[in-house]
Amino acid sequence: MELTTVWFCLIALLWMGYFVLEGFDFGVGMLLPFLARDDRERRLMINTIAPVWDGNEVWLITAGGATFAAFPEWYATLFSGFYLPLLLILLALIVRGVAFEFRHQRSDKSWQAWWDRAIVVGSFVPALLWGVAFANIVRGVPIDADKNFQGTIWTLLNPIGILGGLTTLTLFLTHGAMFIGLKTDGEIRRRARRLSVVLGSIAAVVAVIFLLWTEVHTGDLVSAVLFIGAAVCLVGGVLAAASGKEGLAFTGTFLTLGLAVAGLFEALFPAVMPSTLAGGVSLTVHNASATHYTLKVMTIIAAIFTPLVVLYQAWTYWVFRRRLSVQHIPSEAVH
Amino acid sequence: MDSILDIARWQFGIITIYHFLFVPLTIGLSALVALMETFWLRTGREDWLRLTKFIGTLFLINIAMGVVTGIVQEFQFGMNWSDYSRFVGDVFGAPLAVEALLAFFLESTFIGLWIFGWDKVPRKLHVSFMWIVHVGTLASAWFILSANSWMQHPVCYVYNKTTGRAELTDFWAVMFNKVQLGAFPHVLFASYMTAAVFLVAVCGWLYGRRAKEAGEQADGERGLYSRGIRLGAAVAAIAFVAVAFTGDIQGKIMTDVQPMKMASAEALWNTSDTCAPFSVFTIGTRDGKHKKWALEVPCLLSFLATGKFDQRVQGINNLQAEYSEQFGPGQYTPIIPVTYWSFRWMMGLGATGVGGALLLAWLTRRGRAPTWRWYSWLTVLAPLFALFGNSVGWVFTEMGRQPWVVFGLMKTSSAVSPNVSPTEAWISIVGLTLLYAVLAVVEVKLLLHFIRKGAAPYAEPPDLGWRDIGKDDDQPMTFAY
Repeated sequence: MELTTVWFCLIALLWMGYFVLEGFDFGVGMLLPFLARDDRERRLMINTIAPVWDGNEVWLITAGGATFAAFPEWYATLFSGFYLPLLLILLALIVRGVAFEFRHQRSDKSWQAWWDRAIVVGSFVPALLWGVAFANIVRGVPIDADKNFQGTIWTLLNPIGILGGLTTLTLFLTHGAMFIGLKTDGEIRRRARRLSVVLGSIAAVVAVIFLLWTEVHTGDLVSAVLFIGAAVCLVGGVLAAASGKEGLAFTGTFLTLGLAVAGLFEALFPAVMPSTLAGGVSLTVHNASATHYTLKVMTIIAAIFTPLVVLYQAWTYWVFRRRLSVQHIPSEAVH
Repeated sequence: MDSILDIARWQFGIITIYHFLFVPLTIGLSALVALMETFWLRTGREDWLRLTKFIGTLFLINIAMGVVTGIVQEFQFGMNWSDYSRFVGDVFGAPLAVEALLAFFLESTFIGLWIFGWDKVPRKLHVSFMWIVHVGTLASAWFILSANSWMQHPVCYVYNKTTGRAELTDFWAVMFNKVQLGAFPHVLFASYMTAAVFLVAVCGWLYGRRAKEAGEQADGERGLYSRGIRLGAAVAAIAFVAVAFTGDIQGKIMTDVQPMKMASAEALWNTSDTCAPFSVFTIGTRDGKHKKWALEVPCLLSFLATGKFDQRVQGINNLQAEYSEQFGPGQYTPIIPVTYWSFRWMMGLGATGVGGALLLAWLTRRGRAPTWRWYSWLTVLAPLFALFGNSVGWVFTEMGRQPWVVFGLMKTSSAVSPNVSPTEAWISIVGLTLLYAVLAVVEVKLLLHFIRKGAAPYAEPPDLGWRDIGKDDDQPMTFAY
């Protein structure tokens, strides 16, 4: 396999990691006002993701860094082109990250209410906009002969972009509800499970339309298989949730997100950012990549350290494997 | 400020300086907190655990800000500087990606384990988490500084005419660039220094306050804070010597690879063939082009720049002429008042911060805290001086390289994104600056809140065995959000 293909796959893997992990963080954040009945339950929800959200977010930072290193042209075109959506995502991620860490530092009610809003908005904006961004990458955007994006934010807010946004939004919501069902005990666990069935059914409809459009637009046989796999896992996950099997249900949405991202990348390949302009240049793994030497060095480093990261992150989840219930949450935040 | 170039430069300056207020504290405090927890494990003294948790809380407030502002750093190269990203991505992207893979994953995963692991893992394992976080910060500093050092002194690349970009030829040479070998220890010790001064100031202030509240007889809390003061003072003193020493080495490397930066640091307009003087203070004309009056130490600049008192040091005018010949007509001189004064402030503030910290340590040496008003001011100012010292150090390093973004290879003016509109750039700089300003207020208030509260009473953490890791029980969490 060519190194450019290896790095295309690796970047796909990093985005898969990001979506399957931070996907449930976003879901939990957005569901905060809908699943929790009181402050204890809100804190219970936050504490299910508190030890891991930061590590989950690094999948994004590594995806960004890997794109910069392996496909500098892709990184430059994408980040300067999708300027305002990325800025909104950045602002949201800042507010949300700080909110997790600052909310519990004071017992003042209005202080906490403000940070709760920050968590909800800070989770909603990226959950929606990542979908908008990915749908537009797959759909194609106006890129000129100098590989520069020639559009505005309105170019990105087309029906397919919005459909993509709704897809990630509903999938992350479902994934978050599945996660709460898996990680908590008590009344909230049952509520989360019921909600995950409802959300999962909506997500299934939206996701199937979006993936079907993608498949027709640019897909091939492999992407079709991956998309069908994603749909089956989602339906299976919802059915598992309905019959009370939370572990299986969460595995379902976990696989759905992973397979869907894999399918999107497969449908894209070998392009990384197709152009819709007549005289424009479509970015591909060939004309956007770094040199063979850089890719070779990076491949060695990634081959050693990516499995290590997966190992110690998995170990972290094992350390925090206990289901939490309200009785585990101290009445006041402890410092 | 109507061109995207100006906006992008201001944004980079604002958000990078802001980000770097948290970075040195994160690097330094992770080491200090790990050290305190290790002392607790070794000696069993309750004070060390109380300090671990107290300084740990301040550290966590700080690192949260460092983490979230760090994401912007990575994104803005592509957002505002896409032509730069295209041109250098093959060289510059690699250390960034490796930084994320090796350092950020380590830091962010193990910080979560440290925060929530008190009742989940054995104590020996718990203390290792903070050490691992510290190793992560070191790795992070290494990779990002190697990327920056390449911008100061590009090595081991070829310019490819077909692709129109710089291409990497030796990754390891970029990792061990000689500018990097000077910059890394300098930044590292400056970080230790900043965190140590912060520790002395926090403990010194509490020491004085507790002494006042409790009268002369009270002793319990004073023992606690004086431990923090002594640790901080020792680290600050050692780190300061190391900062000065590595700064001196850097000066000589800089004279070699970026003579213009050295000349601009000193506002040395004309080449001095022998015995160049070191300027302590200058009053110049408003355009910064001529000096009216200056306080100078004879021959010292020659020594700082080259290691010999009678060596030649190149001046700005001569270098400007030389560069015009080499790179074509143009302006190759940085803004001299900025480089000249940031260089002085860097050294002055760093030294003053440490001086203040050592004075605090001295004043509280024998169970007595001064009640003078200026003492409180000193405790507040010492860490601020150290932090600003770091900021102006970076202002000097980056402004002294101008007009280049990559020295001798690419000008800052051709690095900016060609397709970003001024409106978009304005929304970005205003949005980020406003949010950062609000968060600064929140962060400072939170820090002050916890500093005023002081260290919490001793609470024995559970003593778990290796088989108990993450075990299921009905106990409430000992730490929860």
